Amino acid sequence: MTAVTTTSGISGKARTKQHWNGLILPAVLILVWEAASQFGIVDARLLPSLGTIAGRAWNELAEGRLAVDIAASLVRYLTGFAIGSALGIPAGLALGLSRTLDRCVGPTFNAVKQIAVFAWIPLISVWFGVGEAAKIAFIALAAFTPVVVNTWAGARSVPRDLAEVAQVLTLSRWQRLTWLAIPSALPSIFVGLHLGLIYSWLATVGAEYFMTIGPGIGGLMTEGREHFHMDLVILGVVLLGGIGLGLNRLATVLETHVLSWKQH
Amino acid sequence: MTNLELDRVAFEAAVADQPDKPSGGQVAGRLTEGLRTIAAALVFPAALLLVWSGASRLDLVPAQILPDPRLVLTTFREFYATGELAFHAEISLFRVLQGFSLGASVGLVLGISMGLSQRVRELAEPLFLAIAQVPPLGWIPLVMLLVGIDEALKVIIIAKAAMIPVTINTCKGIRNVPRNYREVGEVLTFGRWLTLTKIVLPASVPTVFTGIRYGLTNAWLALVAVELLASSEGLGYLMVWGRQLFQLDIVIMAMVAVGLIGFFLDWSLGLIERWLQRWEVVGT
Repeated sequence: MTAVTTTSGISGKARTKQHWNGLILPAVLILVWEAASQFGIVDARLLPSLGTIAGRAWNELAEGRLAVDIAASLVRYLTGFAIGSALGIPAGLALGLSRTLDRCVGPTFNAVKQIAVFAWIPLISVWFGVGEAAKIAFIALAAFTPVVVNTWAGARSVPRDLAEVAQVLTLSRWQRLTWLAIPSALPSIFVGLHLGLIYSWLATVGAEYFMTIGPGIGGLMTEGREHFHMDLVILGVVLLGGIGLGLNRLATVLETHVLSWKQH
Repeated sequence: MTNLELDRVAFEAAVADQPDKPSGGQVAGRLTEGLRTIAAALVFPAALLLVWSGASRLDLVPAQILPDPRLVLTTFREFYATGELAFHAEISLFRVLQGFSLGASVGLVLGISMGLSQRVRELAEPLFLAIAQVPPLGWIPLVMLLVGIDEALKVIIIAKAAMIPVTINTCKGIRNVPRNYREVGEVLTFGRWLTLTKIVLPASVPTVFTGIRYGLTNAWLALVAVELLASSEGLGYLMVWGRQLFQLDIVIMAMVAVGLIGFFLDWSLGLIERWLQRWEVVGT
């Protein structure tokens, strides 16, 4: 994937020009926005000026609230993701390696997967209470599904010739798992983990909206909405996008690093 | 690779992952094989159901935590008979169709223009990607402040959720039309319009349609989220209501409905997709 995007890129000069062109629209938008709020064309409460937003960000940062919110969201997110993937990888491997499980449990899993993940929130909030546990359980569920799906697909598609070699060498079950199944499923597992990372970030925001308000970016945005602080809400939107982008970059780097053996 | 691309790749893999058809053999053999597959698939849910109903019959779990499956069934029948389930499902479906049609149309127009014109792509892509980067859920508080919590909020959020994959895939589908297809058009001295309608659009159907299917899945997900958050009718509201009354039978019934409708929405798009791609089957 990454290889495709780099080769399709045009020569350096054309690329920089393309970058500049891409900035025109956002720049125009920001100018119109700033002008509209400066000249009072639009209610400043609906469209705060960029200065107001920056000031709000600085205030929140200086008071230490912003750091608390971001940290709370990240801790929750990573805990949920870790639990979800720690359960999802073995579950996916089991489904992919055992024909019985694949046939008996697989269809049920696929059916349950059809339920949009947010539909689990009411049930989870009953089962796990309204505190931190419920949020983490929901985030874990959001990570669990894609991890299982991809690990399962990866473990199922062990190359036939390699499986035959393993049979000839009379490898034990454990050896087949660690030497054959896991390495050959690894790229799929990573796709699953990467997707899990994205979904659980979405779920973190969702959990913070739907369950009790606590520190967190979702909480910050809900508070901004309730008190009609548009600047706070926009700050939240920027944070959500920025953190999501950063985590995604990090995952891509890790992925290419870990899977580098595959390219040789 | 951005998360949007990755998301799409995984979705395409999931769509392409059709179950293996039993190959060869006689009809009877295939039939028993099919029956065996179905039987195997039913073992686990049956066992689960048995444990569940046993546990609630023996009062191992309180009904507020996990209601008896028979109660869920009774509730289902009741809601079905009074037409209440159909009422909420219809409202949810209507919202999704509104938001999805809006989002998919915008996505198609944007994707086609970004796919055909290098200049439009250069201008619009960064802003588009910035908007796409924030999940639909993240936009809810902002849109709420702008338009309130009525229908407009739901339609906008659902449209945003549907628009992103449609735009990305349409743009990609058009750009990836094989060069020799276009050359055939040149040989036949097709004008711009004919090239677009007879060559570029049909050839990009598979990619575009994957985007549309994914858009609808996304739209359904967004609907559930937005109805949970702000709604006084619809399946999401039904869940919130059941949760507040501690009537988990209603919650579970609504969850099943959400799953079923989501499945059928995708399934019916799959049928349309196959119909639209019939030229390809003939061609190969």
